[in-house]
Amino acid sequence: MKIKIVINNEFKEFNVPCDTKLIDLLRDAGYKSVKRGCSTGDCGACAVILDGKLVNSCILYAAQTDGHALITLEGLGDINSPHILSKTFAAAGAVQCGFCTPGMILASYALLINNKKPSKEEIAEALSGNLCRCTGYEKIEQAVLKAAEEMRKGE
Amino acid sequence: MREVNTNKIKVDGLSLATGRAKFTADEEFRGMLYVKFLKSPLAHALIEDIDDTKALALKGVKIVLHHKNTARIPHTTAGQGYPEPSPYDTYMFDSKVRYAGDYVALVAAESEETALKALKLINVKYKELPAVLDPRKASVPGAPVIHDESYASGIYDASKNIPGFVEVKVGDTEKALKDSDVKAELEIETHYSQHAPIEPHVCITYLDEKGRLVIRTSTQVPFHVRRICARVLEIPEKNIRVIKPRIGGGFGTKQEVYLEYFAGKVTLLTGLPAKVELTREEEFTSRTRHPMIVKVRAGADKKGKINAIDMEVISNTGAYGSHALTVMFNSGSKCLPLYKTDNVRFKGTTVYTNLPVAGAYRGYGATQGYACLEQVMDMLAEKCGIDPVEFRRINHIKKGETSPIFAALGEGKEGVAQYIQSSTLAEAIDWGLKEIGWEDRQPPAGKKGRFRKGKGMAIFMQGSGIPLVDMASASIKMNEDGSFNLNIGATDLGTGSDTVLAQIAAETLRVPTENIIVYSSDTDMTPFDVGAYASSTTYISGGAVIDAAEKVLDQIKAVAARMLKTDKENILCENAFCTNKANNEKRSYSEVGLYSLYMDDQFQIASFGSHISPVSPPPFMATFAEIEVDTWTGKIKVLKYICGVDCGTPINPVLAEGQVEGAAVNGLSYALVESYIFNEKGKMQNGTFQDFKIYGIKDVPPMKVKLFKSDEPTGPYGAKSVSEIGINGPMPVIANALYNAIGKRTEKFPLNPENVLRMLGEL
Repeated sequence: MKIKIVINNEFKEFNVPCDTKLIDLLRDAGYKSVKRGCSTGDCGACAVILDGKLVNSCILYAAQTDGHALITLEGLGDINSPHILSKTFAAAGAVQCGFCTPGMILASYALLINNKKPSKEEIAEALSGNLCRCTGYEKIEQAVLKAAEEMRKGE
Repeated sequence: MREVNTNKIKVDGLSLATGRAKFTADEEFRGMLYVKFLKSPLAHALIEDIDDTKALALKGVKIVLHHKNTARIPHTTAGQGYPEPSPYDTYMFDSKVRYAGDYVALVAAESEETALKALKLINVKYKELPAVLDPRKASVPGAPVIHDESYASGIYDASKNIPGFVEVKVGDTEKALKDSDVKAELEIETHYSQHAPIEPHVCITYLDEKGRLVIRTSTQVPFHVRRICARVLEIPEKNIRVIKPRIGGGFGTKQEVYLEYFAGKVTLLTGLPAKVELTREEEFTSRTRHPMIVKVRAGADKKGKINAIDMEVISNTGAYGSHALTVMFNSGSKCLPLYKTDNVRFKGTTVYTNLPVAGAYRGYGATQGYACLEQVMDMLAEKCGIDPVEFRRINHIKKGETSPIFAALGEGKEGVAQYIQSSTLAEAIDWGLKEIGWEDRQPPAGKKGRFRKGKGMAIFMQGSGIPLVDMASASIKMNEDGSFNLNIGATDLGTGSDTVLAQIAAETLRVPTENIIVYSSDTDMTPFDVGAYASSTTYISGGAVIDAAEKVLDQIKAVAARMLKTDKENILCENAFCTNKANNEKRSYSEVGLYSLYMDDQFQIASFGSHISPVSPPPFMATFAEIEVDTWTGKIKVLKYICGVDCGTPINPVLAEGQVEGAAVNGLSYALVESYIFNEKGKMQNGTFQDFKIYGIKDVPPMKVKLFKSDEPTGPYGAKSVSEIGINGPMPVIANALYNAIGKRTEKFPLNPENVLRMLGEL
């Protein structure tokens, strides 16, 4: 079936079988920041932002996003102009293996666009669907707090 | 200038944090085949017949492999140095299956869907055999023999299902126990668990333009992958190149070599790229942590001086003996030297069962050993009427001291004698006491009511690499702009070793870390390294980097001396400049680089360095916790968790802290919630993150980690290891806090509500 999606502010058209999962469409289209960790919607490594809300792309059909707007980590910046969250994650030691990082940063982004000064509890709630096995989460929390502070300063 | 002991941002930090870094599965290969496995539904069975006709007839299926069309090459999947101390008891495919999940056949097809469809078309006729599901019954007379095949080797006693056994005695433990004023004894059981890296195992193989096999894989041990695959695929190492891209966590499970040769075989037979990517459910029965039964008996005099420690371990390695001997050895060798005593006995037996295969997992046996030893130390302290902290202060090993265990127990063989040359354990203990509020700790007797609080502590050591076994190497070359290529076999699995090793190179070469270009873990392009395990990379690979960098620095000085018309002894290198000490005349590193390549008597400034260590200096840790137990539900809430760690002089303190925090949370998750559920036939039932809980951000208790700097004279810039020790903390510390809350000793882990209610007599 033919579907139209806005991905990272770019208009895209796809022709895919109706049972194609969103994660497969995105990865096949080159959005490799979308990681496959569990395929059951439990780990958040494949998380993307759909119309401003964080969703797990491994349990969505691509067709469900027809006519909607998606953001993947590629859309937030690149190595030459990284997003504040990317910078604070790297600086705080919130990135170890980095496999959960795209989902973590998008979950943080989805929080910060609506909540400029989140508490630690609000950060934990926002990131509760994203598993990390490396960091113990302490430095991830610090990175989000720091990014929030920097983003407030930037306004 | 100081490049070490500073918080440099990871060299791959921004590429990871912008999602641009390439993991194994992030590259695409035209015409790639998808490999899927048919797994045994039975725990123990003979394959009487296998028929792949229908599967092969399915459109899109390229190849079906099983024991009838592959060579049976005995090997171990343990990615250890050669000769591996693990038995050769594993085959690509065999006519027998030894656990539910064992590989029976594979299908390689043009799509994943086709491969999965084809698996259902393979007909297998099994003859079910009685299974061994209880490690205590594995060696009783009449128990089914799991490895009765004649072609296995290196098994200690196959007829009793014992792949590994050791007994060492120092002094006379029995007599010393008898003569002791106080004695304590405890037997515990630790449980199955899995590393659960967020990236499951994945590898892609293809042929390069010269027909060589390239293996792109999520591994901790690229050079062992090359060697083991060469053996199993019966091709020389020169025809294999192993590349490790970024990998999504390992924790030991990617120290196993058991997928690469399947993909490699498919590629060699078809000429096409092939991908193996485990599902999360498959990951759970890939490699696991050795469950153990640990029994410790110990005795002390009235003043609290330990007279004897006796430790017996039964380690369950599951169906194959990967790391069977060495994980069990480590329960003794990484735990027992922590306490000074002249009388020590360690007896370890590893047994086969028809359960999932165990392997290397962060902590590597020490985690299981400490879960018992550190409870027994508390029991002895209580019987002596001495505070548990004071008891440990009296007995723990200190700087300048040694333990006979260092020489008696090594890596599957005798160890190496060594003295402790650095330790700040005492400071870590003093700090932890204050952080947890130890002086307010109340005995369990007076605690009543539904919610009961308790405080516990324990101390730990680990090692830094395997002495006289682990070897690492590095190569460094200088470019004309004064930058350097640092090529290392060492494997960064997220730990930050690429960064730490770049910092060490920069410090030695007297340049900013930003001038070091790191490339790692490619068997064609980088020199040898045993890989990322045994807490070895900073310590061992760091030594290799210093060796290479010092040789390069010497060459730089020689060139600069020629340019400045003086002797190289007069050259001082600092901040990417060479200065003639006599007249302060300078040449920049870029001038030196350019001169050496283009100007006069040209040559490449470059060198190799290698390192092995005769010792394995232990990092130390003191851990404290306060918990609250809900005696109605059995749920333990950790109120505070404190870790004070001596890892020598940390090269990168933030990354070192991250190792401890990550290990602590992994360990808390293991101690409190992670658990395998098996059915009566030995099949794991909870292979998803829905049914197998691992800690998320909301589960993490208030936690404090602090590093207590020491200066290890044998380490690179004073460093020791840090990656494993943190995971040892949670089991004994929570158990000791639980005793302080309810007055009961923990005999069975995890400390989930079910087991806690059982301790309370409610189940």
